[in-house]
Amino acid sequence: MKFSPQAAAILLGLALLALVPVFSALAGESFYVDLFTRILIFAIAAMSLDLILGYGGMVSFGHAAYLGIGSYAVGILDHYGVDNGFLQFALAIGASAAVALFIGAVSLRTSGVYFIMITLAFTQMIYFLGVSLNTFGGDDGMNIAHNSDFAGLIDLGNATALYYFVLGFLILFLVLGYRLVDSRFGMAIRGAKSNERRMIAIGFPTYRYKLAAFVIAGAVCGVAGALLANQSLFMSPAIMHWSRSGEIMVMVLLGGTGTLFGPVVGAVVLLALENTLSGYTEHWQAILGPILVLVVLFARQGLFGLVERRAAHGAGRG
Amino acid sequence: MLFVIEQGLNGVQFGVMLFLMAAGLTLVFGIMNMINLAHGSLYMIGAYVAAYAFGATGSYLLSIAVALLAALLVGVAIEIVVFRALYRRDHLDQVLATFGLILFFNEIVRMIWGATALYATIPGFLAGQTEVLPGLPYPTYRLAIIAVGLGVALLLYYVVAKTRLGMLIRAGASNREMVGALGVNIAFLYTLVFGLGAVLAALSGLMAGPIFTVESGMGDSVLILAFVVIVIGGIGSIRGAFVASLLVGVVDTMGRVFLRSILAAFMARSAADNAGPALASMLIYILMAAVLFFRPQGLFPPRGR
Repeated sequence: MKFSPQAAAILLGLALLALVPVFSALAGESFYVDLFTRILIFAIAAMSLDLILGYGGMVSFGHAAYLGIGSYAVGILDHYGVDNGFLQFALAIGASAAVALFIGAVSLRTSGVYFIMITLAFTQMIYFLGVSLNTFGGDDGMNIAHNSDFAGLIDLGNATALYYFVLGFLILFLVLGYRLVDSRFGMAIRGAKSNERRMIAIGFPTYRYKLAAFVIAGAVCGVAGALLANQSLFMSPAIMHWSRSGEIMVMVLLGGTGTLFGPVVGAVVLLALENTLSGYTEHWQAILGPILVLVVLFARQGLFGLVERRAAHGAGRG
Repeated sequence: MLFVIEQGLNGVQFGVMLFLMAAGLTLVFGIMNMINLAHGSLYMIGAYVAAYAFGATGSYLLSIAVALLAALLVGVAIEIVVFRALYRRDHLDQVLATFGLILFFNEIVRMIWGATALYATIPGFLAGQTEVLPGLPYPTYRLAIIAVGLGVALLLYYVVAKTRLGMLIRAGASNREMVGALGVNIAFLYTLVFGLGAVLAALSGLMAGPIFTVESGMGDSVLILAFVVIVIGGIGSIRGAFVASLLVGVVDTMGRVFLRSILAAFMARSAADNAGPALASMLIYILMAAVLFFRPQGLFPPRGR
């Protein structure tokens, strides 16, 4: 990778994130580790959505479904006394990939606004399925007794260990994500976004490429769900509520679509902002709402897009 | 049998309320190509203002007028301030901005009227029951909702099919650029259509007040259902929205009431008790997925696209 301003910003951002437990220990506020663990989990979810939304033009309004499936995979196995982490995460990945395969196979036959609505419809079905699972807490959700156990290699009950575990996944997915979008596969996806008809004409089966990307995004988000289950030790259908899908989408847009690291910035900014504003006033949503509107109206490429634009600007002058 | 008819009426009543929401949404969507998640906020504002004004003044008709006016003003204000800048953006930007508006309005009503739900009363002359068929009493208020809904549907049909404004609306739904090119003041037409949608949403909300609870965020779940309706009906089609609203209203209501006993005929009682409500909640989404699968443009796609 060239050492561009973006790359510098990404490395700086990750370095700061790696130091969060240190800052938190210095400040004597262990609460920040918890908060940032949650933020990074949503960053993974948002990044996985960006993979299909930003690069593939597939606006899925149901990405929270995989967050829920991943977290239910951990919770349900735990309920039956299986807390082997390898098994739990394998199930989280497998189940969310399988569901994404089904949802994608049907939804990708439509496009545009119909795609948005049909992905929403499927997520609503899964949400209500979760509500009806009385064995697993139904509407109220269910506590998870134990953290995933990775053969004693890492203790996820320890907040700092869990934080670095999550950060490790985030970095892994970022590296894989950047390699993926730069690969031939990624080129085909991006080609299908900008002109699908032309891609088909030059012989790419775009449907299959898009479906594969959709499944990958679902599986990555499933991992985020499994991590979320470990962070909160709780699962409930609320994770899959449509407003949660909206929130993940907001993170992607806030940070900048088609950048992979932008959604990470978006997740940090949105959740940190929520946290800060709610510290000042209980009516923080009345402030956050207009901020989102202003971001759309004036920061069109998202926050991380600003870095990119400055970089382009500088290059033009240089 | 009477029970089935009663539930059918409940379904129609729910359907016409959805129609009032969906009509505005489908027009805004069809003509301006704009996804407006904040449409549910106008529904909520209608319900809150009406419930508050009825409590404060004691006059039901006055409370309706105030609620509709409030929604019209708010609707026109957000159209001018926010939406005009959004029409040319892609759907994603519209989703994000209107998501922000939802947060804002949900919090604003909480700031004004508090976090607890508001109690909306049925006016005296609509309380009680009316016997619709021998041996079948039905709440008068719900009958009134059906009447208002059907009345508005007829009025909308007249406006859209027979008037000059309706002609422009239809033309806008099939080809926006051409309407603009022919010298129609598109900006004004947009504001007008948006205001009309806001009033219809508020009407739906104020009628829903006494049936559901008047609380912050009440518009969000209805909004999702209204989106399901317009997607099934075909985006931009009032007729499609009407048919799909009734379809969704009846299917949803019937599913919730009868699905459990239907399933019990095929499977074990306990399994049916579990699966019945789950399947009932999913029913309309299954319906929507099926419609999109077989007719990706919805049941009544507007002509000329």
